[in-house]
Amino acid sequence: MSTVTEAPVVPSRPDPRSLPGETGMVERPRRRFMPFDPWHLFLAPLAVVMLLPLVWMVVTSLETQAQTFHFPPILWPGTLRFENYVNVIRDSEFGTWFWNTTVVTVTIVLSNLVLCTLAAYAFARIRFLGRGVIYFVLLATLMVPLQVVLIPTFLIVKDLGLLDRLGALIVPHLASVFGIFMLTQFFRTLPIELEEAARIDGASRLSILVRIVVPLSLPALATLAVIQFMWTWNEFLWPLVTILTNQSAFTLQLGLATFQGAHQSQWHFVAAANIMSMVPILVLFLLAQRYFVRGIATQGLKG
Amino acid sequence: MARVVFDGVTKVYPGPVIAVDDLALEVADAEFLILVGPSGCGKSTALRMVAGLERISEGTITIGDRVVNDVPPKDRDIAMVFQNYALYPHMTVERNLGFGLRRRRTPRDDVRQRVDEVSRMLGLDELLRRRPGQLSGGQRQRVAMGRALVREPEVFLLDEPLSNLDAKLRVEMRSELKRLHDRIGVTTIYVTHDQVEAITLGDRIAVLSEGVLQQVGPPQDVYDHPANVFVAGFIGSPPMNLLKGRATGDRITVGDVELVDPQVSEGEVLVGIRPEGLRPVGEDHAGPVFDVCVDVVEPLGDEVLVHGSIEGPVADVRIRAEDEALLADGERDRARVTLRLPPEERPKPGSRLRVAIAQHTIRLFDPTTGLAIRPR
Repeated sequence: MSTVTEAPVVPSRPDPRSLPGETGMVERPRRRFMPFDPWHLFLAPLAVVMLLPLVWMVVTSLETQAQTFHFPPILWPGTLRFENYVNVIRDSEFGTWFWNTTVVTVTIVLSNLVLCTLAAYAFARIRFLGRGVIYFVLLATLMVPLQVVLIPTFLIVKDLGLLDRLGALIVPHLASVFGIFMLTQFFRTLPIELEEAARIDGASRLSILVRIVVPLSLPALATLAVIQFMWTWNEFLWPLVTILTNQSAFTLQLGLATFQGAHQSQWHFVAAANIMSMVPILVLFLLAQRYFVRGIATQGLKG
Repeated sequence: MARVVFDGVTKVYPGPVIAVDDLALEVADAEFLILVGPSGCGKSTALRMVAGLERISEGTITIGDRVVNDVPPKDRDIAMVFQNYALYPHMTVERNLGFGLRRRRTPRDDVRQRVDEVSRMLGLDELLRRRPGQLSGGQRQRVAMGRALVREPEVFLLDEPLSNLDAKLRVEMRSELKRLHDRIGVTTIYVTHDQVEAITLGDRIAVLSEGVLQQVGPPQDVYDHPANVFVAGFIGSPPMNLLKGRATGDRITVGDVELVDPQVSEGEVLVGIRPEGLRPVGEDHAGPVFDVCVDVVEPLGDEVLVHGSIEGPVADVRIRAEDEALLADGERDRARVTLRLPPEERPKPGSRLRVAIAQHTIRLFDPTTGLAIRPR
């Protein structure tokens, strides 16, 4: 910080001859008591609090089982037991769980992107009878908690013969009201003139959606993809209810739970498996980050 | 090429709000017609109905020989330039220009050839790889024009295409548009609220107010012979001076000045005089003169505008009632006038001018209907 090195600062007085507006361009040196922003005093401890569980988990994943139960907690285990990771992969069905979760999550994310886009575009741009009512009813379902519809959905899935299969995890979530809502709101902010210009240029509805609306909605679509990915990847309750006995259809979250027995929990394995299951989310987040920048939808408009 | 005919076209929005009321208008083949009026007068709505972006509530629009009321926009063979250009932001200039042709399944080589031709014509060849976000306002405007030109449509629709440019660029693009139209000769409907654009560009201008067509004609005709008080006030900057007068026999009295005019018989009239129809004269001038008290002098370089008021019991006539409400009580019996003078004449504010009237420029209007009174 350059301001630290400055000699005791005499606040520079504005030249009395100049008009107030004239000094506005020059930034006056501000008197600083600390070499950092005062906000950091508040934010830095907060960051530590946020990071601590993560650090603890990493540390735990490298400890022996005995060390995990030591009190006070050991913050540096001495020897790092990377074989915990190997053991998790070798001794459990981790690979199967990971694959199952990937199949379920990727299918749900892709189908959400397609189906929610189609539905949202209709709500945003096509006038049809009952549009407002249907939209309102859909939104209302957002207020209903999962636990309320758990049993009816379970019965439907059972009637479809999907219990104990990955289909039970996929089918009920192929489209989401949240996604429709989010994309509808985004599509409504796109300049209508772009679509009118495309109509005059001879584009059909679907062509407008694919060639104009979707390319301009990448920030919203990326956001939806990440959110949906995280929800699906971390979902526990619904797989627990629908995957009853079939171990080969377990997802990661179900599998992770098997490390925690009624009598004993293998915390070092839980931590190692958890860290491995977090990797895809982190990677996706980093990949999608560049789409989270401000959209370009208004750049083709007036100068 | 095609002509465009509005036949009793009405647009009613829910409310109900009548945006366009029984519009009857014919745009000839290859004509450059300007729809002009204040904002909210229905001119853009009329244009969008031709484009097919608004449904027509009543009446028909014909393009060429075909009634297009139920024809979708893409099949009307029109091209439109939007006020905000509406360029596709994620496509390069080249793809923006070719989008319409590609959607119509034009062979790839033809698309490239047309895009090349048009971009050369508009000086866009250097910019083909750029995206709209990397272009200046003037360049974007040109791309928007190009996108319309590429398709070689029957009718060109332009919705205030110059309103987002700065003043200098606007003047440049105005003459460029005129040249372009002379060169390609496509039927063009051009919407603007700027009456300078209207007068300079149009073969004919159509003045709209509150959804109703007020007057259609060549710009000079409309300027010289406004059909009603609205047109007199809207076309021409500064607008026509309107003074209350009284006709008796072959004379019209305005305040205590008598003008000889054999046009009307009896009764109240509005006397319209263009700012250039008033000129300062010396004390020895014979004939009717006004004494103008100078309020504000605006030197514009090539001319000087003088705003003043006329003494005597003359009521000022404003176009809108709310303008009249702004007048202080003392001002109600003074008529405001504007003079257009050559740059070397610059009267001082507060001084008095003796002003003569070029009598052949006087136009008379009926004070109750606002319509022009035609010579008997």
